[in-house]
Amino acid sequence: MALNGADRTWFAPEVERLLPELFGTALRLTRNRTDAEDLVADAVAKAWIGLDSLRHRDTLRGWMFRILTNAFLSSRRAATAHGIHEPFDEEAGEGASFSLFDRLHRPFLLWWGNPERVFLDKLLREDLERAIDALPDSFRVVVVLVDVRGCSYQEVAEALEIPVGTVRSRLARGRAALQRALWEHGRDAGLTGGGPRRREETR
Amino acid sequence: MSDDRNVTCEEALRFLAAYLDGELEGASTDRDVENHLARCRSCYSRADFEKRMKVQLGTLGRSDVRPEFAERIRRLMSRFPVSPETPET
Repeated sequence: MALNGADRTWFAPEVERLLPELFGTALRLTRNRTDAEDLVADAVAKAWIGLDSLRHRDTLRGWMFRILTNAFLSSRRAATAHGIHEPFDEEAGEGASFSLFDRLHRPFLLWWGNPERVFLDKLLREDLERAIDALPDSFRVVVVLVDVRGCSYQEVAEALEIPVGTVRSRLARGRAALQRALWEHGRDAGLTGGGPRRREETR
Repeated sequence: MSDDRNVTCEEALRFLAAYLDGELEGASTDRDVENHLARCRSCYSRADFEKRMKVQLGTLGRSDVRPEFAERIRRLMSRFPVSPETPET
């Protein structure tokens, strides 16, 4: 069925309204403004071509994000040697045990002393962006889809074609790596409160 | 009689990420964690911290777009082919 002018009259402003969200997600996935813009443009074009398959127009938002994510994953797969997934070493990188809360929490403080909340309040958007962008690709994509985009584990598993257990594992490791990066940045920037520097674990 | 059981801090923390993500399987496990958090100040503080962290990460899902890029998308959409004779409803 061909799309008509009314379809476009509805579609165009809806997409314009979603642009900051589509671009924000694309930016975290690609880590690059130019690539993010190209990804969004690609997703918008694909969405128009496939608009007939959207059964309920009030689900446009979720549908657009699925198209965006799939477009990103397709381009990533193409870039990694014609359909071969990026090799992922489950043993590599960060373990899942690092906890920013453990580093910051002071149980002996009374309720009004809350260094972990103070730390979060001091973090800038740029700090979070830098920490996410520095994650290994396989962790980063899962963290972006779950924590930034709000996808379910099942949705991520389907998009990445991996078991849900692997989503859980990558998410745990990604979050741990993210928290370690934020801790190290916060410590160096003096956001962790007074007192001497703690000796860091070496792993 | 309630099926709720008292979970330990260790168990609650093992389930915490999935609980906060809304991914815990089984309503009773969900309730067990909730009950534990209501009783344990230390685990509650941790859960509160992780929840706040998630909220902050969620804000990254939105970024300002350059006006030039918005214009590029508008131009792209204006060129989408439509069937010419279909009346708009």
